[in-house]
Amino acid sequence: MALRGDWVYENNGGTCVAIAGSDYCVVAADTRLSVGYSIHTRDYSKICNLCDLLFPADKCVLASSGFQGDMKALQKNLAAKHLVSVHLLHIYQHQHNKQMSCPAMARLLSNTLYYKRFFPYYTFNILGGLDNEGKGCVYTYDAVGSYERVGYSCQGTGGALIMPVLDNQLKSPSPLLLPARDAVTPLSESEAVDLVKDVFASATERDIYTVRFPIFFFFQFLAFCESDIFPTQQHAYSSRVLNDPNEYDPLIGFRLSYRIMHK
Amino acid sequence: MAGSYGSTLRYKNVERIKSIGKHTLLGASGEVSDFQEILRYLDELIIYDDMWDDGNSLGPKEVHNYLTRVMYNRRNKFDPLFNSLVVGGVKNGQKYLGMVGMIGTHYEDNHVATGFGNHLARPLMRAEWHEDMSFEEAVKLLEKCLLVLLYRDRSAINKFQIAKITEVGVTISEPYALKTFWGFLAFQNPTKGAEGSW
Repeated sequence: MALRGDWVYENNGGTCVAIAGSDYCVVAADTRLSVGYSIHTRDYSKICNLCDLLFPADKCVLASSGFQGDMKALQKNLAAKHLVSVHLLHIYQHQHNKQMSCPAMARLLSNTLYYKRFFPYYTFNILGGLDNEGKGCVYTYDAVGSYERVGYSCQGTGGALIMPVLDNQLKSPSPLLLPARDAVTPLSESEAVDLVKDVFASATERDIYTVRFPIFFFFQFLAFCESDIFPTQQHAYSSRVLNDPNEYDPLIGFRLSYRIMHK
Repeated sequence: MAGSYGSTLRYKNVERIKSIGKHTLLGASGEVSDFQEILRYLDELIIYDDMWDDGNSLGPKEVHNYLTRVMYNRRNKFDPLFNSLVVGGVKNGQKYLGMVGMIGTHYEDNHVATGFGNHLARPLMRAEWHEDMSFEEAVKLLEKCLLVLLYRDRSAINKFQIAKITEVGVTISEPYALKTFWGFLAFQNPTKGAEGSW
């Protein structure tokens, strides 16, 4: 491994941001794919919806930046595990009467990253979604699988520019406080979305690897409800801002267009 | 169509565009022998797929995805295929254009390029590409890009092929040369505009 050359990795840039609220979660990532001073494409989604057709109302999405080859490999790996987990989920469901949660997926991602500890996926990830109580949750990772549940986070080339702004605006209670306090932001979901738009607009001005129009994913907890298949499953709304410059107004910025998908 | 050996023009008739199956064109830059190995992989892939004789065939998307996995797998073995690949094609009315790098980086876009093309050709294509381009317009744009590359890339030679793929089929042109003009002021006096330079 000491002989490993630096050619095996590439930094394709990109920035991911996620904010959790009491009943929602916003996940956003820019769409530029670059290497050095060249831009490969301006329309590459770094957000992976970890659901498949069998489970359209999955409760988390993964936003990654770093080396695109590893990003895709990680997503495929998780998707494959998720397929396997679909069987496990069935067992899990029958035994526990509930669907696999975002915290469970968070641990799966951590283990997947750590499995490659000595030839890491060069990816910087954020997992966002809703937890078992319907609260927004954000998990933030390093490349080798260390992770932590937080109220908000950002990763990638623009991360260092954005993090202090989020710290300043969201004023999360210190994790040292006892008894522990909730890390979710007190902002309303539209305020959170506005904040994300603003931090992307600013990061774009200083980071050449970040492009202005991010793709959003938005989770909103509605209610616990019962169905035959998922007796205790809560339903999630999710929506995204399309990466369409027509939706961008130079005076007001992005006009959020919700494409509401109701399961 | 040049294949260099360092700065020696070792091969002057290398075909870098090949058709793969019925719906796909593959273009490559980089190691010529690695490209030939990739073509062997693809031959096997297409033949094994054909042997099912089920009326299905691999389209450009499938070929591109296969190549991304091959390239990424070889980099994981620390034995990369030293190429940048461009995959294009049409199947079932769907056009497709993608690219794969040496270590498995891949993406789709409306226009792609490898190597120097990323620096010199893509800015031109970003400026002039539009959705409803005719074939003639596209060829004109490509020739403009190739000419710039010929002027600025010392390992390029004035011998090109252009390939076309449609629902109907594949045509790869015979090698041809572009008309050049070396009388530009900046060519005759390269230091003009850079005062103090020699």
